[in-house]
Amino acid sequence: MKDTFTVTKADIVKAVYERVGLSKAESASLVDDLFEIIRKSLENGEDVKLSGFGHFVLRNKKERIGRNPKTGVEIMITPRRVVTFRASPIMKNRMNGIRD
Amino acid sequence: MTKSELIAKISDDNSGLTRKESEVLVNTVLDSIVDTLAQGKGVELRGFGSFTIRDRHARTGRNPKLGTSVDVGAKVVPHFKPGKALRERVLLT
Repeated sequence: MKDTFTVTKADIVKAVYERVGLSKAESASLVDDLFEIIRKSLENGEDVKLSGFGHFVLRNKKERIGRNPKTGVEIMITPRRVVTFRASPIMKNRMNGIRD
Repeated sequence: MTKSELIAKISDDNSGLTRKESEVLVNTVLDSIVDTLAQGKGVELRGFGSFTIRDRHARTGRNPKLGTSVDVGAKVVPHFKPGKALRERVLLT
């Protein structure tokens, strides 16, 4: 691993390969599939709720005036839909060394 | 979509994969993200997004019901930033 502070898809594929008992290629393709299904659901306007992990929630943002912080030039930011993530209490506890 | 729907969809899409294997797959992926964050490291998934942890300082909170002060200790919270592909795909209103 090049950067010890960041884990990438390759590391996750490795964990799947070691635990699920599939080939590396199959594991990689399934991990891609998993994230694509989540993206597709969000793209179709449906929130993704993964119990014990967290919820990916869509939010609609209204049009607003933004500013380029460097130049100070104001621009209109178009209305848009964005993804937010709400971590589950289980996940939040694990971040702070609490196991249930 | 719920976790069980995600598990079902993956095994439906991949004929060689049983429901049980799909469940192990999904749990392994989610657990490895949580484990990584719990170790103080970040997870970057190209085209999807990145999970990082953020420090929260200790603060004095308030019990909204009683109005009494409570000390809230310093903690870390998980944070997700959607990747470019995900942002662009959900953008349309």
